[in-house]
Amino acid sequence: MFNFLLRRLLTLVITLWGITVISFATIHLAPGGPLSPLTEFNPKITPEYRERLVKMYELDKPWYVQYWKWLKGIMRLDFGKSFALDHRPVWDKIKERLPVTLLINSLSLFLILIFSIPLGVFSAVKAGTLLDRVITLFTFIGYAMPSFWLALLLMMLFGVKLQILPISGLHSVIGYSEMSFWEKLWDWTKHLICPLLVATFGGIAGFSRYIRNSMYEVLRSDYILFARAKGIPERIVIYKHALRNALLPLITLLGLSIPGLIGGSVIFETIFGIPGVGQLMWQAVMSRDYPVIMANLFLVSLLTLFGNFLADLGYALADPRIKLSRRK
Amino acid sequence: MKELFKHKTALFSLSIIATLIFLALFAPYIALYDPFEIRVDQILLPPSLKHPFGTDLLGRDVFSRVIYATRISLEVSLVAVGISVTIGTFLGALAGFLGGIVDLIICRFIDIMLCFPTIFLILAVVAYLEPSILTIMIVIGITSWMGVARLVRAEILSLKERDFILAAKLYGASTFRIIFKHLLPNALPPILVSASLGMGHAILIESALSFLGIGVQPPIPSWGNILIEGKETLEIAWWLSVIPGLAILVTVLAFTLLGESLQEILNPKKEK
Repeated sequence: MFNFLLRRLLTLVITLWGITVISFATIHLAPGGPLSPLTEFNPKITPEYRERLVKMYELDKPWYVQYWKWLKGIMRLDFGKSFALDHRPVWDKIKERLPVTLLINSLSLFLILIFSIPLGVFSAVKAGTLLDRVITLFTFIGYAMPSFWLALLLMMLFGVKLQILPISGLHSVIGYSEMSFWEKLWDWTKHLICPLLVATFGGIAGFSRYIRNSMYEVLRSDYILFARAKGIPERIVIYKHALRNALLPLITLLGLSIPGLIGGSVIFETIFGIPGVGQLMWQAVMSRDYPVIMANLFLVSLLTLFGNFLADLGYALADPRIKLSRRK
Repeated sequence: MKELFKHKTALFSLSIIATLIFLALFAPYIALYDPFEIRVDQILLPPSLKHPFGTDLLGRDVFSRVIYATRISLEVSLVAVGISVTIGTFLGALAGFLGGIVDLIICRFIDIMLCFPTIFLILAVVAYLEPSILTIMIVIGITSWMGVARLVRAEILSLKERDFILAAKLYGASTFRIIFKHLLPNALPPILVSASLGMGHAILIESALSFLGIGVQPPIPSWGNILIEGKETLEIAWWLSVIPGLAILVTVLAFTLLGESLQEILNPKKEK
């Protein structure tokens, strides 16, 4: 176990370093980099703006000096100041928005698991039946459904036609401060229903398909045949023997799905006007607020890396075969 | 090839894709109006015989715009997938065949790239560039090759120990020749599968970017940017948000189903 941890930690450090290099390279090597001739014709980038960019990133110095300075900054969570009119430190801007994004993503991950596990398991147990076909069709539609379109349809249905749900923001603006705790909770819930539906729909589809395939394979393995041959009731074979093994790969899938979930935040936060990091990223891109863009890119990948690391550890704890040999 | 036509799902998705390609190629003949023509006297008309999908905020015919958008979306995703498959196949083959330190570096690089949520990475790159069709093709391509690279690497790893490769080596074939003549043709099936799935993925990303205002720029029609107007006119013009979204859904579904059926056909072990 110790060796395993050491190896994982080493990989973590190397990957972390790689993330800083790529984040840094994105700003400097992108074909249109902040100082490339292309930006000269960009009306959004004025000479004064360019000067500020040069000063902030010391673009007149060699790249290794710039990289070192940037690296020293991010280690102290100092990402510089926003180019927006408020000139606030970037970390402050992100810090106040991170909880909302994390809250919605954890909630949606939770909902995804609650719905996709039964769907996937039933689909596999009843493989080939009408129910399986319906669930399979749903998983394909869930994958192909553009999340922003789903958001528009929900807004149209609940906000415009039925007028029962608010379609923008995190809570009401008028009268919010006078609400009691429970009223506030209810208000938040109402505001979060549509964004959560959008955030979970594709995930439920993807996860249930994955669980179906995993369960399907396990149900056809020798040890399940053996359990059945011993006369163990089918219910116990499925829910105890098979399910445990079928859900093992789910831990890895959880780690792998983090970038997708966080990426989805950009879309539903922008559409529903939710003040999270996804919306901040979009606003920063629209106004070319480079320090905010860089910090966001770096932090979300850090979050992903951390999630993957946890998933790896979880897998090693859950599956004794992993500690002994390297996967792949 | 024969099996492809026997497979019901494959046939179904192929016929949708064929229709889409037909619409894209002959867009000028199918469109009823000029998709760029602004008619101030015909703003936001609901679907009718004259305008099957209604008109938009500028009085343009939505049917014609959706047909032209098919062309744009297929173009963008085709080039993007071309780029990602090329990079992925090249790096995957290199890693799988050479092994050792090269393999280690490429694998780490893939892991690092996978840490970036695609949308964030694309947004960060697009922020430095003028949004254009060419930009998003390239950006989608260079941010989505990792899956292909892993697949090809795994495939090459299992192929390179086989006898026919040993035979080619004994015969004195060069590394280059072994990779391109002997290994890659045999690794083609999984590449085809992921290319088909990749088309769906690229269309989803392109339309999301266009919807966010950083993809295909108006007045050039794209399913994503027609939906921007759909959002603004949610209360009064349902056709502007329903129809382009449906087009995306059907297209992505077709490519995904094709990919899945290809997988079943080319890899009979996994037959369900």
